[in-house]
Amino acid sequence: MNSSRRAFLAGLGGLALGGAAVSRLSAQQGEVLPGQGETGTLRDPISAGGARERVTHRDNDPFVTGVEKRLHCTCGCTLDIYTCRTTDFTCSYSPALHKEVLALEDQGKSADEIVAAFVAKYGEKILMAPKPEGFNLFGYVFPTLAVLLIGGVMFAILRQRTRMREVAASAPVPVPPLPRGAARAVVAAPPASAEELSRLERELKELDP
Amino acid sequence: MTLLGNFALWTALLVGLWAAVIGFSGRWHGRPELALSVTRAVYALFAVLLVAVASLWQGLIRHDFNIEYVYSYTSRNLPSYYIVSALWAGRKGSLLFWATVLSMFAALAQWLTPARYRALMPYVAAVTSSVASFFIIVMLFASNPFQRLPVTPPDGNGLNPQLQNIGMVIHPPMLYLGYISITIPFAFAIAALLSRRLDTGWIQAIRKWTLMSWLFLSIGITLGMWWAYVELGWGGYWAWDPVENASLLPWLTMSAFLHSVMIQEKRGMLKRWNMTLIIGSFLLSIFGTFITRSGVIASVHSFTQSNVGYFFLGFLLASAILSYTLLYTRWDRLEADVHLESMVSREAAFLFNNLLLVGVAFSVLWGTLFPILSEAVRGTKIAVGPPFFNKVNVPLGLLLLALTGVGPLIAWRKASTGNLRRQFIWPVVTGLVVAILLLALGMRNYMAVVALGLAGFVVGTLGQEFARGTRARHRMYQESYLVALGRLIARNRRRYGGYIVHAGMVIYFCAFAGYAFKTEMEATLKPGASVSLKSPYGHVYTFTHLGVSQFEQLNRVVTQASVQVTRDGKSIGVVNSEKRQHFSEPAPGVRQKSFEPSTEVGIRSNLQEDLYIVYAGSVAGTEEAVYRFTINPLVLWVWIGGVVLVVGGLITMWPGGVVSGTPRHKQAGYEVQLAGSGSAP
Repeated sequence: MNSSRRAFLAGLGGLALGGAAVSRLSAQQGEVLPGQGETGTLRDPISAGGARERVTHRDNDPFVTGVEKRLHCTCGCTLDIYTCRTTDFTCSYSPALHKEVLALEDQGKSADEIVAAFVAKYGEKILMAPKPEGFNLFGYVFPTLAVLLIGGVMFAILRQRTRMREVAASAPVPVPPLPRGAARAVVAAPPASAEELSRLERELKELDP
Repeated sequence: MTLLGNFALWTALLVGLWAAVIGFSGRWHGRPELALSVTRAVYALFAVLLVAVASLWQGLIRHDFNIEYVYSYTSRNLPSYYIVSALWAGRKGSLLFWATVLSMFAALAQWLTPARYRALMPYVAAVTSSVASFFIIVMLFASNPFQRLPVTPPDGNGLNPQLQNIGMVIHPPMLYLGYISITIPFAFAIAALLSRRLDTGWIQAIRKWTLMSWLFLSIGITLGMWWAYVELGWGGYWAWDPVENASLLPWLTMSAFLHSVMIQEKRGMLKRWNMTLIIGSFLLSIFGTFITRSGVIASVHSFTQSNVGYFFLGFLLASAILSYTLLYTRWDRLEADVHLESMVSREAAFLFNNLLLVGVAFSVLWGTLFPILSEAVRGTKIAVGPPFFNKVNVPLGLLLLALTGVGPLIAWRKASTGNLRRQFIWPVVTGLVVAILLLALGMRNYMAVVALGLAGFVVGTLGQEFARGTRARHRMYQESYLVALGRLIARNRRRYGGYIVHAGMVIYFCAFAGYAFKTEMEATLKPGASVSLKSPYGHVYTFTHLGVSQFEQLNRVVTQASVQVTRDGKSIGVVNSEKRQHFSEPAPGVRQKSFEPSTEVGIRSNLQEDLYIVYAGSVAGTEEAVYRFTINPLVLWVWIGGVVLVVGGLITMWPGGVVSGTPRHKQAGYEVQLAGSGSAP
């Protein structure tokens, strides 16, 4: 029994070793076969959008991405350089502009200096938003100023008018002389019934839904 | 079929011009029999344009590539639903779609409008037919969808891959329906001005139309955001693109109108302002069409450039001059019935709400056109992107959010100090608690804290309104709270539907605030390799690249990259992102690649945040993949906000219920005159 069990375990060990050797061999073979193994090759790489470069640590550097988000891609997409290079993978402009940013960073330039270098090279339209200076500053503040100004004027006029109306309403109204017997009729008017009061209340509520 | 299509367009032009000319002159000279002819012409216009649409659809479905439009936007292997939706995929087809839907709305307006407004209808028909005729003229003289090619290509160009999304089937029609239906309220406004019937009658007649138009615009804009998010792959849903802005402009002015119209209905105020708003909304809808089709401003959405921009510019200017001149001539007749009694009243709050809505619309328009203005003034080209719009619009938007909460708390006519104290205490406390809580939790983006604090204030306002109403019904009718709430909404649909719309807006604002906390990174991964990213909530997501596979599907070769995702060590599944290379098949067995490969984003959503995974491509044609991983907080709430807003809008529109603000008296000018004459004077 003992020998047969030992023989069985030895056989099992041999099988395991053999299996491992086979799997190593197939893995080695897989590296060179298309579509198989650890890093198999694609059957149709063009359909996957062409070759991409490996991402480096600097591609995710907040300094670099921060600068790129302030600059427009020149491909006509209306996106910033960072978003364009990580979105429109057919764009050839944004990767080139990214490399320009990296090169300027290598020269030890600050974010503002890199942006200024881009403006000097490509013009003001490279900026995602114009600098709030000169006429552009007017562009930034005009809508808010217009709203505040119109709101202020509207408030002042309406306040004046409502006050005038309040004053007019509080002034004593001259009562025209009543015909004979009418005063008595007014004085003698019966109090409102419960039904009338509830109707009045209902209508007042409707006025204030 | 092109012959039939062209014939239908020419017939439509004649019918449209007949309706326009006779509509104006017949009504003017008091010829009721001509009014009847105009109504019939409106129905005929719709029928004839339907024939044109059917002709183009037949060309699309039968792959008649001799038609330039069919060649440009379809191919033999394009899925059938995109062939049908290709009707609005290009400039020429979209113009035909526009004219046809407008004629349909015009026919519905003639058919459904109650008889008491009969006096206005010939003018309404004339205005809608004029606008439809303009679109038909553009098609016939500058952008004919039935234009033939000198030779018949074996296959079409195909549809742009980014348009091959279910969003393409529903987003443009919804937006178009919103734009187009604004013409009906505009037509009623012009009819009221021309006929000098300037009481609230025309306002009553267009109530459903304005709501419908606003609702379609809301759905269209939200679907547009969704489409941009899932299809374009840049990880956002709003980029302040000129065409996005163009859709927002009429939505803002229509929102202002929906508020200010209540003041005219209840108090007889703001008549001039309402006229100005409805005319402005129509002009802005045409402006949007001009922006999209003229190429005057760079936009990712623009159709191919052509000379139709000049047509639209001319029409826009002519419409603006004629409409506002007409308004000017009727200015004195639009005097308010009563005047504002107090600055502390709901009327005043609505006035300032209108100022802000129009102010935001102006600032969006200003930003959109500022590059042109700057170039004209300084001679320097500039670009105006999201940083500009965010700086200018966010403060105005927050003020608007605050007023959303203030409006319902103030009484009509004049609020007392006691009323203000009683109404404001809970909403203000709610807002402050939210803001303090967020600060205590460590949130240091102060704009987001203000936005969420204000959202808390508005939620407090809305909650208080619903709670008080429900409690009152519970006390009065001994209904359970749930039944009381249901009946409260059902009996006051306009008011409580409006509050639900406001709730939708609050959800939008909260979701937009969440966008400020977006985190992202790029990574290159071999199969089996992992990378981790921490979300704003502190969760650690680990992405393990599983591999890349390629297969064929419908009209494309798909390259699919798969990522195993774990959150805080627990698996949440596999997310796939794709590259799609579309192809056409000009002959059996012959395959041509069409367009550049497009990206399909892998998205995993929950109420907290979205995982947004983009497969950027492979290194040297291997399975080593380049990815962009983005964590977008609260994006699901954008779509939830959209649904809540639409539900609220539908409740408001739903027929029946007690419509607050309905005048207790008949419109004498309408009933009396028609009873005497029996027909339109």
